[in-house]
Amino acid sequence: MSNVLAVIEVKDGAPRRVANEVVTAARALADGLGGEVHALIVSGGGASPDALGAHGADVVYECADDSLAEYQSEGYTQAVAGFLDGRDYAAVLFGATSQGKDLAPRVAGRLGLPLASDVTGLEVADGAVVATRPVYAGKAIARVHIDASPALVSVRPNVFTPVEARRPGAVETVEARVDPSAWKVRRREVLGGSGDRPDVGEAPIVVSGGRGMQDPANWGMLEELRDALGPSASLGASRAVVDAGWRPHAEQVGQTGKTVSPQLYFAVGISGAIQHLAGMRTAGTIVAINKDPDAPIFKVADYGVVGDAFEVLPRLAEEIRRARAG
Amino acid sequence: MNIVVCIKRVPDTAARIRVTPGGGIDASGVKYVISPYDEFALEAALRVKEAAGSGTVTALSVGDAASAEQLRAALAMGADDAVLLQGEVGMDGLATARAIAAEIGERRPDLVLFGMKAVDGDQQQVGLMTAELAGLPAVSVAASVVVENGKAVCHREAEGSIEVLEVPLPAVVTITKGEHEPRYPSLKGIMAAKRKPLAEKAAALGDGRITVRDLSEPAARPEGRIVGQGAAAVPELVRLLREEAKVL
Repeated sequence: MSNVLAVIEVKDGAPRRVANEVVTAARALADGLGGEVHALIVSGGGASPDALGAHGADVVYECADDSLAEYQSEGYTQAVAGFLDGRDYAAVLFGATSQGKDLAPRVAGRLGLPLASDVTGLEVADGAVVATRPVYAGKAIARVHIDASPALVSVRPNVFTPVEARRPGAVETVEARVDPSAWKVRRREVLGGSGDRPDVGEAPIVVSGGRGMQDPANWGMLEELRDALGPSASLGASRAVVDAGWRPHAEQVGQTGKTVSPQLYFAVGISGAIQHLAGMRTAGTIVAINKDPDAPIFKVADYGVVGDAFEVLPRLAEEIRRARAG
Repeated sequence: MNIVVCIKRVPDTAARIRVTPGGGIDASGVKYVISPYDEFALEAALRVKEAAGSGTVTALSVGDAASAEQLRAALAMGADDAVLLQGEVGMDGLATARAIAAEIGERRPDLVLFGMKAVDGDQQQVGLMTAELAGLPAVSVAASVVVENGKAVCHREAEGSIEVLEVPLPAVVTITKGEHEPRYPSLKGIMAAKRKPLAEKAAALGDGRITVRDLSEPAARPEGRIVGQGAAAVPELVRLLREEAKVL
């Protein structure tokens, strides 16, 4: 079988932006194989699938159950594995988001299938799926051959630019084969923020700060810039400031943090240690702001500003706000 | 409380990776370490054992003979014993998970800890695959794990918030940094590590179904430019972002 399944991630009742990227990647792969793209939405119900057809889904399967209203590892694994039981796909694609990085390996383990994680390229060679994967946080690039059917893959966010490719996107409802009585993990509570900003690993725009910010109290200036860039921008941090306890590890960009590929990356007061550079060098456009004109970060930056971040940041936030308003 | 913590031998994150013509990496001059997240997992394991007041921490690694070096380091940090499942670890995490699940099935520990990912392959999959193959419940990306009343209570980092999850033992938990600052091995620990048991056996990897076709170094980014000095450079920077890069 030459069809490709795109597993769709939903938030607040709508497919997330990564869903269109996954469908776009699936469309390209299916075209190479001569098959259809099917999209699978696992949710509590009511998720609008309109954008999926626009990006190339021939069929959208809605697999809804009250117990699946919020992401939960065991339930979603059952639902996806249950859907795949008895169906034939050449490949199954997930988004390599925090949710996808939890779900895809579980589905793979349950089905006894290998998984190529966090891929940045997909192609068909001799009828088989070949994936491109950065390894060592991007210090090297591997092309891997997946000798399994279906080939399970998770795709890195922000890499597969969504392309319009109008298909029917006909919606079909399928039964959610879940058994909540078998779930063993119980959620006691959720602490902290509502998480209204995307994770740094998924955000299309990242504003990262390093030791050059001098004090955690100065992060307000980075927040100003982030806010000026709109709701899809998130904060990142260098290892040095995370190790110093200035910022949470969840924001760390680099080999011991998150490897990111946003469309736009600001490195502010970050000199550019090798493990940081590895983690962000695949960004679309890199802007570096640093006092030291010899800082290694300028070697990977598209645009550099040499100067005091405390002078540059307020002006930059203001100009970007004006540019976006105009 | 018997805990197995899985660790992997990887190049130090400060190392430059050079690809050899044969598609491998040049190991000369590269320092190898326990993968940082696995070190956090080992620290978490030692704390759970200490809180329980009894039990064992077993460090497990799948890899070639050189991985014994990292297992000795784990013993020096405080693990009680170690097991090396010898085999060639490739890009198929499922094969690695198969070997670990087989060993878990024999040992039947209360808790199996993994680093949330290894910093060489960056696949972030072996822990959860092992849980599935071993039929154990699992929590991923835990910033902390505490055992109480036969359950592991985990703080899971999820998109800006923290989920407090409880899972009945036996279970698999994958660990992120959280407050797991790894302890330094004491001199006494290093001496004791030499006498602690380190078992070796063949890893039941089976056939890997993901194979590396080629490995290359990343393409250099095109030469960038310094837009200017200080705040005066901002208008030109914003113009370039809008009109040239088209990202605003």
